[in-house]
Amino acid sequence: MLKIDLDACIGCGVCEANCAFGAITMKDGHPEVNEKCTLCGTCVDNCEVGALSIEREAKAGQTDLASWSGVWVFAEFRRGRIAPVALELLGAGRGLADTRGVKLAAVLLGSELGGAAAELIAHGADTVFQVDDPALAHFTDDAYGNVLADLIRAHKPEIVLAGATAIGRSVIPRVATMMGAGLTADCTQLAIREEDGALLQTRPAFGGNIMATIVCPDTRPQMATVRPLVMKPLTRDAARRGEVVNVAAPPERLRSRVKVLDSVASEGEQANITESDVVVAAGRGMDGDKGMALVKELADALGGAVGASRAAVDSGWISYHHQVGQTGKTVAPKLYIACGISGAIQHVIGMQSAETIVAINKDPHAPIFDVATYGVVGDVFEILPKLTAKMKERKGA
Amino acid sequence: MDYFLSEEQQMIVDVARQITEERIIPQRAELDEKEEFPVDILKAIAQADLFGLYIPEEYGGFGGGSFDIVLALEEFGRGCVGIATAFAANALGAYPILISGSEELKQKYLPDIASGAKYAAFALTEANAGSDASGIQTTAVLDGDHWVLNGSKQWITNGGEANIYTVIAITDRAKGPRGATMFVVEDTDPGFSYGAKEKKLGIRASSTRELVFKDCRIPKDRVIGRVGTGFITVMRTLDLSRPGIASLGVGLGQAALDEAVRYAKQRVQFGKPIISFQAVQHMLADMAIQVEASRALVYATARNLDVNKSGVSKISSMCKVMATDMAMKVTTDAVQILAGYGYMREYPVEKMMRDAKILQIYEGTNQIQRNVIGQELNKEYINK
Amino acid sequence: MKIFVCVKQVPDAKDVRLDPKTNTLAREGVESIMNPYDRHALEEAVRLKEAHGGTVTVLSMGPPQAEATLREAVSCGADEMVLASDRAFAGADTWATTYTLSMAIRKLGGADLILCGKQAIDGDTAQVGPGLAERMNMPCITYVRKVVAVADGAIRVERMMDDGYDLVEAELPALLTVVKEINEPRIPSLKGKMKAKKQQLVMLSAADIEADPDQLGLKGSPTQVVRVFAPEMRGERAMIEGTVDEQVAALAARLEAIL
Repeated sequence: MLKIDLDACIGCGVCEANCAFGAITMKDGHPEVNEKCTLCGTCVDNCEVGALSIEREAKAGQTDLASWSGVWVFAEFRRGRIAPVALELLGAGRGLADTRGVKLAAVLLGSELGGAAAELIAHGADTVFQVDDPALAHFTDDAYGNVLADLIRAHKPEIVLAGATAIGRSVIPRVATMMGAGLTADCTQLAIREEDGALLQTRPAFGGNIMATIVCPDTRPQMATVRPLVMKPLTRDAARRGEVVNVAAPPERLRSRVKVLDSVASEGEQANITESDVVVAAGRGMDGDKGMALVKELADALGGAVGASRAAVDSGWISYHHQVGQTGKTVAPKLYIACGISGAIQHVIGMQSAETIVAINKDPHAPIFDVATYGVVGDVFEILPKLTAKMKERKGA
Repeated sequence: MDYFLSEEQQMIVDVARQITEERIIPQRAELDEKEEFPVDILKAIAQADLFGLYIPEEYGGFGGGSFDIVLALEEFGRGCVGIATAFAANALGAYPILISGSEELKQKYLPDIASGAKYAAFALTEANAGSDASGIQTTAVLDGDHWVLNGSKQWITNGGEANIYTVIAITDRAKGPRGATMFVVEDTDPGFSYGAKEKKLGIRASSTRELVFKDCRIPKDRVIGRVGTGFITVMRTLDLSRPGIASLGVGLGQAALDEAVRYAKQRVQFGKPIISFQAVQHMLADMAIQVEASRALVYATARNLDVNKSGVSKISSMCKVMATDMAMKVTTDAVQILAGYGYMREYPVEKMMRDAKILQIYEGTNQIQRNVIGQELNKEYINK
Repeated sequence: MKIFVCVKQVPDAKDVRLDPKTNTLAREGVESIMNPYDRHALEEAVRLKEAHGGTVTVLSMGPPQAEATLREAVSCGADEMVLASDRAFAGADTWATTYTLSMAIRKLGGADLILCGKQAIDGDTAQVGPGLAERMNMPCITYVRKVVAVADGAIRVERMMDDGYDLVEAELPALLTVVKEINEPRIPSLKGKMKAKKQQLVMLSAADIEADPDQLGLKGSPTQVVRVFAPEMRGERAMIEGTVDEQVAALAARLEAIL
């Protein structure tokens, strides 16, 4: 718990002002801490007189932490192909494994896996644990969870990474619960802490208004999910050598209480926002259907897709499939044009990997300009039609 | 101003306000533009139990009175008078059954109206009978176990959308005012059809149609009250409904005032927000005075109606005139304050001004209301 | 059918903003609301009850103020409301949260169906639903956009996937997490509000649910926040100035160079 040394405290209130969780209130000239405190330590760092300290209770955690070793990546496989995020995670996992001096393994579950294991090795895996069984043809959280947990119990990796996809976000929390392990969702950075080799998992918190770094000091494996397009894959190297371990799962572990009756691949509309070279995105500033039409026209003129901030989606101007950001899709196009988007970190996380970012906003202080390559302060309703006309003109010329 | 609402009354306001904020305001411009009946919004209102607000509990309602319905209508009126009219017309259609209907009729129709499963409408006006109800041409003739209706009704709110119509027709022309009778006509009755939907200046989300009766046969037991009491039922219905129309005016006036003040604070001319100019301040002040005075009179009248069942025509007419003339004035002033922007459809005040006009016209023009007030005054002062 | 809906009271995301001067969250005037996805879970539960009979119990773990959110849930059609509240629960991560929720549901006699929102807008982890399913030993279907049928001890639904959707069926008891597309939540009704006012709140403490204190709250949470900081922004930030026409011309030239 947070300890307050009342003799040392000078009642300056810096701790209250800097607490992102609203856990500290000043009363009678001294801070009082409430149940919102997460022991993040920000106040301790900020206290100039050293009046604050954190006392952690010893946890009844696992005792054999040192016997866990290796970095694992859950390699999602669906409709006959490896999810791109798995290769991205191998890229990130390779770095972590090298820092720790351990092996990098991929776990490949599915049916008719073909040459997928070789592909994972070419992208950085030292080992691939492969379970190829018709019972795994479709994703069910039961069977996938059981098989993955059994493998983890048998081989005891210290780190398990998975893509924050619909599948990853369904099965990984289940596995973490089975293992009694900590899990951090949607990490944007992963690193190894020098002192003790712990995995530092950084993710946005509070709708992306702040970043939080999280560790799991007392439990193994350390588990994290990462959104697609956040990490970079290694260059494919067919000469890389690795080991494929075929594992047969017992039938009772493959039995699922969930049956997939049909699996429908969707209309192209959903996909093209993550694959398009150009994304023109609309935010709250587009103010309804009329504004959305302007964005669409510019996107059409540039041959791009339409994206949107959470605010635009929540206002019902466009469907969720177009949402870019922490709770939407991550995109990394050649050109991203943010129109009337203020640039809350929740949105920026989803588009900051774009090569060129153009921001158009009437508020010169909008945070979107901080990530922009080119910023234009002005009225989107004036600028967009003119820009669209200009771009059409050039195309025609 | 605090009107010391009970906890229950405050709940009614809260429920109606949430519907207004979450459903009505986001959709009003589109429904107005497309002249579309607000089916989904009425469903939400029904699901929130507000259709049965004024209907006794034994018929599946909430058991409230005039004041309760006035509170809800004020909120809806703040959002959109067109949508609010589509809702309020149900009460107008149901009142004749509630006031004069037999126990059987009440049991048959009120539960469905209270739940919102069926919509109601009130049919009085004809081509030659508006303010002068004695000009009614529609007739009803008894033929064995059935009444046979012939004629047509004009500008009927909820026409074509409602399932239950309370209709006045002449049953014995020789008896003059005592020769009219009210009936319940169902949308599926043979010989009953609708004319084209009217195109209107305002309240365009509401539906207004002609009803046509061509040898329309309805069972004998559809008579509301006794034969020949139609006009009395109509008068008592309108006494009850006028504060509802008045409360739409209060809500509309409040909405226009809100828009005008917000705009005046943010619009800068000559280097200052225009609210800092006295010419604008005085207009806003007058708007606020009129809105609050109207609200006070409407609330007082509705509370009075919940206690006194007769002798209420004068106050009922007074609040209708005051609040609806106010709504016309205040919405016009709001457009003036927003000026060029106010005249454009991008801002909501031009719609408010268009919607306001009907309030001075329907359920008795404000001229007829003044007649009623004048006649009542004449009676009151007979011995003074 | 005995349905549980797990709800969370969260700060209204629209209001949560970082103060650019102090780099702290501006909390003043931030309203507490029911997590928006949970409203959809509740609406689906009430619809299932209306169609198939049964009861809907709303369960929340949180401070005493979360009672307001539970009463709102009752006004929208829930039958019972339960608040798991204890200082010992404070600071729980998703692991400790699912432990507490599962102990509470067991204490209340278990469930045939548990519904959760796909995630809470304050944490956005989406971990409580699947984790709770594991604790309850139930199958879990995430991102449900439509309940197709409930019959013969099974529930058939459509779940959203990254590349389309799956039609899946789970044996009951089961846990579903739902997305916004599943329904439009109703507005509280008058009768619902009156019921909510009178409804008895069931309060459960750590002792009531017979929880192991080591697995609760901050103490029972495997994850530990070690640092919070303002996000770094790295942009080149070349501002294009001038009249609108000049701005458009300059921008168009730069876009032309890229495309």
